[in-house]
Amino acid sequence: MELISQPWPWYVSGFLIAFTMLILLLMGKKFGMSSNLRTFCAACGAGKASDFFRFNWRNDIWNLLIVVGAMLGGYFASHYLSNGEMPLISEATVASLQDLNISANNQYVPVELFSLESLSNIKTLAILIIGGILVGFGARYAGGCTSGHAISGLSNLQLPSLIAVVGFFIGGLIMVHLLYPLIF
Amino acid sequence: MKKLAFIIVGFCFGIIMYKSEAASWFRIYEMFRFESFHMYGIMGTALAFGILFVNLIKRFNIKTFSGEAITIAPKEKSITRYLAGGIIFGLGWALVGACPGPIFVLIGAGYLPVIIVFLAAVFGTFLYGLVRSKLPH
Repeated sequence: MELISQPWPWYVSGFLIAFTMLILLLMGKKFGMSSNLRTFCAACGAGKASDFFRFNWRNDIWNLLIVVGAMLGGYFASHYLSNGEMPLISEATVASLQDLNISANNQYVPVELFSLESLSNIKTLAILIIGGILVGFGARYAGGCTSGHAISGLSNLQLPSLIAVVGFFIGGLIMVHLLYPLIF
Repeated sequence: MKKLAFIIVGFCFGIIMYKSEAASWFRIYEMFRFESFHMYGIMGTALAFGILFVNLIKRFNIKTFSGEAITIAPKEKSITRYLAGGIIFGLGWALVGACPGPIFVLIGAGYLPVIIVFLAAVFGTFLYGLVRSKLPH
């Protein structure tokens, strides 16, 4: 029990992520989380606005069930398999948090961004909204996110996925190294 | 019954995402600063086993549980859409510290502001659908 309540080592997590993909392939499906965002749009009637959302989304209900499960898993892990502590990130990273006005004494995710109180701050609200829009728009433009490209696509040695993952990192590095100092 | 199986797979995936700390903003921030091996270790291991599994499926012609052939659809050839879309996604991923899977996991974990990220991501997907025909692919 002690072993499970600790954060899992990277090699255990990595193996289990690959195993999740394998199970989905054996179930005749594929591992791709951002497709659900498109399914949500279609289910909400976005087909009226664009033919991109005109497809039989009921065929993708299995993926929405994965989402339901993932939310339950998040609830279970945070309540019964963890004490919600801040990850043990490197000292250098901890030291740099000061520049972002993010406390080094924190929770699993920073309270400065993800607590209800922080929502009264317009800047925090803007960060969550703009970040979300970029994630949704970018994932569909690139045809997949971390699960679809970085795990599934690269496992199948697909060049498009490699290009997309290079893009993920270019974007991430620009954000953290060039834009963070301007935003935080 | 099959529905329950998908919920169980998602449930396990949610626990894995949370416990691996891949759903934590701190780990994503640290990764883009190259200050820890943790996230690279996760992705490297997932990739090594992923390549192994896909190769085993192809080599031994492994079928799905219901006996059908497993096909992984090839992605269409392009550089623009993957690079441009990838960069936009990466900007957002680093800003909120969560990609689509962890967004759901964090909502389940009780971080309610992530619901805003989710709604914004749905809106971003909708925006893409609106302007798709005008974008280079």
